[in-house]
Parts: sequence; C-alpha cells; structure tokens
Amino acid sequence: MAQTAEAVRGQSPPAPPPPGPPTPPRPRRRKIPTPYLLIAPALVLLALVQIGPILQMVWNSLHSYTVRHLLPTAPAPEWNSFAHYTTLLSDAEFWMILRNTVVVCALMVGVTMILGTAVGNLLHRLPRWFSVTVSIGMMLAWATPAISASLVFRWLFLPERGLANVALDRLPDWLVGGGWLDYNWFLEPVPLFTVLILVIVWQSFPFVAVSVLAGLKSIPDELYEAARVDGAGGWRSFWSITFPMLRPLFALLLVLQIIWDLRVFTQLYILANSFQNKSVYLLSYYIYQQGFSASPANYGMGSAIAVVMTVMILAVTAYYLRIMIRQGETR
Amino acid sequence: MTATTTRAGLPGAARPPRRRRTPLPVLLRRSGSYAAGAAVLVFSVFPVYWMVATAFKPVGEIFSKDVRLFPGSLTLEHFDRVINGELIPGVNFWEFLTNSLLVTLGSVAAGALLSLLAAVAVARFRFKMRTAFIMVLMVIQMVPCEALIISIFINFRRLQDASGVQMLGNLTGILIVYTAFSLPITIMMLRGFVAAVPRELEEAAAIDGAGPWTVFWRILMPLVAPGLVAASIFAFITAWNEFIVALTFLGRSTEEYTLPLSLSYYFGRFGTEWGAIMAASTLLTLPVMAFFLFVQRRMVSGLTMGAVKG
Repeated sequence: MAQTAEAVRGQSPPAPPPPGPPTPPRPRRRKIPTPYLLIAPALVLLALVQIGPILQMVWNSLHSYTVRHLLPTAPAPEWNSFAHYTTLLSDAEFWMILRNTVVVCALMVGVTMILGTAVGNLLHRLPRWFSVTVSIGMMLAWATPAISASLVFRWLFLPERGLANVALDRLPDWLVGGGWLDYNWFLEPVPLFTVLILVIVWQSFPFVAVSVLAGLKSIPDELYEAARVDGAGGWRSFWSITFPMLRPLFALLLVLQIIWDLRVFTQLYILANSFQNKSVYLLSYYIYQQGFSASPANYGMGSAIAVVMTVMILAVTAYYLRIMIRQGETR
Repeated sequence: MTATTTRAGLPGAARPPRRRRTPLPVLLRRSGSYAAGAAVLVFSVFPVYWMVATAFKPVGEIFSKDVRLFPGSLTLEHFDRVINGELIPGVNFWEFLTNSLLVTLGSVAAGALLSLLAAVAVARFRFKMRTAFIMVLMVIQMVPCEALIISIFINFRRLQDASGVQMLGNLTGILIVYTAFSLPITIMMLRGFVAAVPRELEEAAAIDGAGPWTVFWRILMPLVAPGLVAASIFAFITAWNEFIVALTFLGRSTEEYTLPLSLSYYFGRFGTEWGAIMAASTLLTLPVMAFFLFVQRRMVSGLTMGAVKG
C-alpha cells in the first residue's frame, strides 16, 4: 500500500502508462494501475458539472449577469459589489419566500419524521405478513415519480370534480364547514402549501418508516422486555431505548429530509402551474424563475438565491458530515 | 410486543384459568395496531389506485359530478390515446419513451463504469488525495442541482456557441448531467461492496498467474455485481424521474423531450384531459415500481449506510 503511494508520487500524474499488462507479471507482485488513473474520469466529470459550477454560482452572484451577456458580442459580466445580495436583503418578497421555504420545509420534515417513525414502530409490532403487506403498499407511494404524484394530487384536489373536494363536500357541514366542492386549492399559499406538504409527506414517509424499522430490528428484544418488567410503557421505552439507540439514524434521516425538502421544485411546478404569484414560491422555484422564466433572465440574481439555498443546506450538512467523519466513513 | 405478553401468559398452568383468554386491553391494543396499519396502507395506496382507476375510466365517468370510488366500466381509450396518438402535436409516446430510455440507460452505463473505477481506487488503494476525494464527494452530494442549474446551463450554452457541439436542446447535455449527479452516491455505495471482497481472494488469483484485468473481471466483478445492480437501479430511478434539468435544457425541442417533461407539457396544454394524463402517469410509474419492489431493501441500506451499524 505504502509502495503504491510512493510509486504514484514518483511519476507525473497526467500521463501514467496504460493499465494493460505489457510486462509479464511476476508471481506475488501485481502490476497495479494507479488510483489516480481510476478516479480521473469521475473527477473530471464532477469538476465540470459540479465543482466548477459551485464556484461559478458564487462568481455569477457577484456580477451583473443576464441573458444579454450570453450574446456573442456582449461584454463580460461586470462586478457589481454585492448588489444582488443587498437587493435581496431589502426585498420584502425575498424574505417572504425565504420564510415560506423554512416554514414549509420544517412542516414537511416534521410531519414526515413523526409519521415515518410512528409507522416504523407500528410495523415492528405487527405480525410479519401484515407488516410486509403495508411495506409493499408504502413502496408504491415511495416509487411514484414526482411528476406522476403531483399530477394525481392536483387531480384529487381539483375544484368541482376532485375526489378530496367531493368528499369534503359530502361530509357534514358542522364538521368541516361548507363550500368545499368548488374550492380552489392552488391559488393561495396556505391551501397550496397544504397540498404540497401532503404530496411530499406521502412520498417520503415510507423511506423513514422502512429505515426506522430496519433500525428497530437491530435492537435486542431483551432491552424492551427488561423495560417492560420495570413497568415502562411504549412511550417511555421509545424515549429511553429506541431513540438513544437509533440517535445516529434519526440524525441522518433528519438531515437527508431537510436537504431533500429544501430543494422541492417539481411538485410545486405542477401544483402552482404558473409563475404569476410570488406568494406561493419556494427558493428553488425562485431560482428557476429568475434564471429561466423572468424576462430578461437574470442569472446573477438567480445565482445569488442559489447561494443562499446552498449555504442553508451546507449549514445543515455540516452536522451530517461531522457524523460521517466521526464514524470513519472518510477513512 | 403485545404478542409476547400474551404468549408469556399462556403456559402458566399454575395461573387461574380465566387468565388463559387474551385480556381485553391487549385485544383492543392489538386491533388498534391492525386498524392503524390498515390506515397507513390505504393512505399509501389510495393515490396510486386513483391514478390507475382514472386511467381506466370512460370520459363520461371522469367528467361526471357523481364521483364514484370504483369505476362503473373500464376502458382502454386513454392508454390508446397516449400510446398511439400524439401526446404533443407531431411527437408520439414512443419517441418520448426512446428519449427517456436513451438518456437513462446511457447515464446508468456511464455512471456504473466511472463509479466502479473510482470505488476500486477508494476501497483498494491508499493515496494522498484519497480522503480529500471522499470529502469532496460527500460535500457535492449535498449541493442540489436546483442550485447549480443556472451555472451548468450557462457553461453548456457557452460551450455550444464556442465549439458548435450541440449541448442544449438535445439529449447530450442532460446525459452528462445525470451521469455526474449520480456519481457521488453510487461511488459511496459501491465502495462498501468492493471493500468487502477479501483481499486474499485477489492475491490467490494473482499467485495463480492472473493479471490485473483477470482479477478484476473474474474475482472482483462477480462479487461486486449485486452492489453494481443496486447502484445502477438507484441511478436509473433518479434519471428516469428527473425533471428540472430536462425542463431547463430541452426548452422548446419537443421531439427531444423525456417522458416526465412530455407529461408536464401535456398537462400544461390539455390540463382537462385527466384520463390521458393519468394513463401517461401510470405508464411513467410502472418501470420504477418494478425496480423498487426489486431493490427496496438495498436502497435503504445504501442510503443510510453507516448510520445503523452503531
């Protein structure tokens, strides 16, 4: 191993010999292609499509950069001394969208985690045949593509003919109020975000449930039996045994859910179905609108919003990375 | 939990006979669990059922205000319309399917090759940049493509203008992006599988005179294949469902659209044709469901790898 590293350091990385077997291998000494050669293709692609664009995103956000700068004769984008950021900070619409993103994301993550954990515990308690049946049902929700799921929920909550509207209308008025039949869920932020949260939770709770179930199976039954002998109920043994034992799993699931829910785009694109109403925007929707729907397309401003979103995600991720490093995943 | 309680109560011959029956609270709690399980099942399955049911309903029934839970009669007209008609004027379903398959299978194949090479490097060698490489993978795995879409678009646009190679408005650009975005997670998934192959096996083969490629194909590949399948299916599902990159890069080139994009376009133009929309949604969903049921367990262990093991 150390010899490999030495060998690599010795030669110039760009043009090492091809890994074919030109010399007959002697027994006990394998001819090993250098690790750099092996990671090079992946690294090149990542540099072009991800690492580079991350840096460019920051650069773009600091320059006046619109669709006009893409013209062949256009001048280079000009440095604008943080103008995008100062505009954003003093823009009430941006603060509204940022607040909506944080609140909607928190609700999505909260409901998904609670429901998923509860279902995971439930599955652990049910007999095997029933738990497998429910799991297969949940797979269907999990596997449905975002586009299909959004369209189905749009159809379910359609004014006049959507099943949800019809069902709410048929329920007694003293329970849910009246006028549901032609209620439009897709115009105002609160009803639209309600449907959006429902779609996201529907699609993401199975992953949490199945992960928690896998975690529960790794905890020895004796612990729960001992707790029961000591008189602990289900609630108590969850907080005293399950939660502490599965804390790393819960932390990871929480971080993954936050990352996935902060970037929600497709579902909102179908449910909102227009860029007219900024009060139903979320951050990634705003990025897309600035970059590809606004006229003229404002790449600088879109990138500034993207930087804000990335910083939020990386702040959450820092915690996850710490867990991974501590567990030796980088070693 | 409840089952153990009852079982513990059963064999006690010394106990009074009335204790042999399941006590009422336990019975209640157990039926409560069953009811909750049934509710979860209905909540999970119902939207999918509704999608499929609508796809098979005659137009008259879809438009009727008298909404019924079960279709009165079944029809294939919507599927016929989606498959044999033109989802978007001038382009039919088979072209979208071909585009989707090309870009998905292409990115899966490229991703599998690149990530396998990188996974072997990370799992089998110690080199200076190794930890840095893993850290980079972990960090970029977190940065969503929604944030990078503008930068990537500008790059491809400038590259296209400078070199004349078409990157936008056809499948080239999205193929590259899908491959790149699948790499971090597939490398991390495969790395575990490669590391699990006992080094002694490779050394034994090398002693028997096998060259590095023989060792790779005859020893490593068969043992890593399950991981490669899981990682590939993961990449397949991601690429098959992907929306925002296709939306941004393909623009108005409708004949290059992937299935999700064609569906969204169709919804935008014929938003009231719910039978056809649901039929197309069903067709989009089928392959993913098939794969999902196949690899469900491995996806969980791949995504939460390291978190459960303690």
